[in-house]
Amino acid sequence: MAKEQRIKLSVNGRTYEKNVSVRQSLADFIREELNLTGTHLGCEHGVCGACTVLLNGRSARSCLTLAVQADGAEIVTVEGLGAADGTLHPLQDAFHRNFALQCGYCTPGFLITALELLRQNPNPSEEEVREALSGNLCRCTGYQAIVDAVLSMAGKPLA
Amino acid sequence: MKPVSFDYCAPQTLDEALDALGKGGPSASILAGGQSLMPMLNMRVARPALLVDINRIGSLARLAPAPDCLSVGALVRHADLLANAEIRRGWPLLAEATSMIGHPAIRNRGTVCGSVAHADPAAEHPGVLLAMDATVVIASASRRRELPAREFFVAMLTTALERGEMIVELRYPRLPAGTGTGYVEVARRHGAFAIAGVAAALTMRDGVCQSARISVVGVNDTAFRAEAAEAALRAKNLGAAEGARAFAAAAREVAAVVNPIDDVHASSSYRRHLAGVLTQRALEKALARAGGN
Repeated sequence: MAKEQRIKLSVNGRTYEKNVSVRQSLADFIREELNLTGTHLGCEHGVCGACTVLLNGRSARSCLTLAVQADGAEIVTVEGLGAADGTLHPLQDAFHRNFALQCGYCTPGFLITALELLRQNPNPSEEEVREALSGNLCRCTGYQAIVDAVLSMAGKPLA
Repeated sequence: MKPVSFDYCAPQTLDEALDALGKGGPSASILAGGQSLMPMLNMRVARPALLVDINRIGSLARLAPAPDCLSVGALVRHADLLANAEIRRGWPLLAEATSMIGHPAIRNRGTVCGSVAHADPAAEHPGVLLAMDATVVIASASRRRELPAREFFVAMLTTALERGEMIVELRYPRLPAGTGTGYVEVARRHGAFAIAGVAAALTMRDGVCQSARISVVGVNDTAFRAEAAEAALRAKNLGAAEGARAFAAAAREVAAVVNPIDDVHASSSYRRHLAGVLTQRALEKALARAGGN
């Protein structure tokens, strides 16, 4: 039972193999070892939702997941949404068009959470959108524009 | 906000996990969904010497609805229950309460058995477990035992689990024909911990209550069954006027026996008020649904 373990995982389609301290969170691993700093840490105890990533296709708080638990997993972070040439993902574009961000700190978590919702339920009601986003906190622009952005994607292709 | 240093293992079988847990000393801990344990680690409220991660033990993800009983393994996530149409039909109280837990990312990871083992007084699962008279299946390296839900919760965040033991399964009986159920809670926003919540089940025949179950969360140091209020409903005719009177009496009874704390979320007297109001609402919901059975 070592304090360090070798893990192999896919992040945004690219495979990484690294030694990690077993107490390192997936969030810190993504930010500090992979330099993918789009995943943000707000509260580090599962309340704010800023660090939400897709873990094997399902949203998860990366601050409440150990990096070592992601051995063999497929992770998608906010950097995995847009195209390599910088073209925004349709959901990112919807946030842009609806002014659904101000400082942007919470945005990566909102995008990942909303993406999972729209994949499961392509035509959500406003109530369903609000409920799905209830675990993500925004402290500046407020929720109305974010809800509008997600609702504007109803029935639209996600890729 | 970083955990203290710990040892970690992720065994492939339950036997290996129980062996590691038994040898891991007093602070060894099971890591399942991590939605309660990881915050406690990050805040260093919990400082285990060893984490036994059970996420690689496929057999623990078993979720098996059967004619008489629903079996929920230690790795079954809240989201797994909600995605199962047979559970929504056959165990509607469990499904209704689960839909109020946390947020999508929390429900994707958090486990039912983990929530029961954590025994937060405001959590939904302990209340449902009690209301349904479910069975807790417990294992250690040396023995296996079963406890009725009523013997499991001891105090705030404290259960009958002993050192080296873990919950491997929960068994929820199917409630009798003619039973309606309802779970209601008040929380600051969807998915937040309940300030108070009530689970109720009424088994009816020809308008007469055969049995009543009421469990309350969020107000005492553990979830509990309101037995006196239940007894007062038994054999009562619950027609419109009589039902309203009986439910109001049950609400007064529950409000009288609770002993809520004051905290930043709500005062003791507000929680007491809610316990009564929610008892009435949960019973009304249960009765309306029993009619459809």
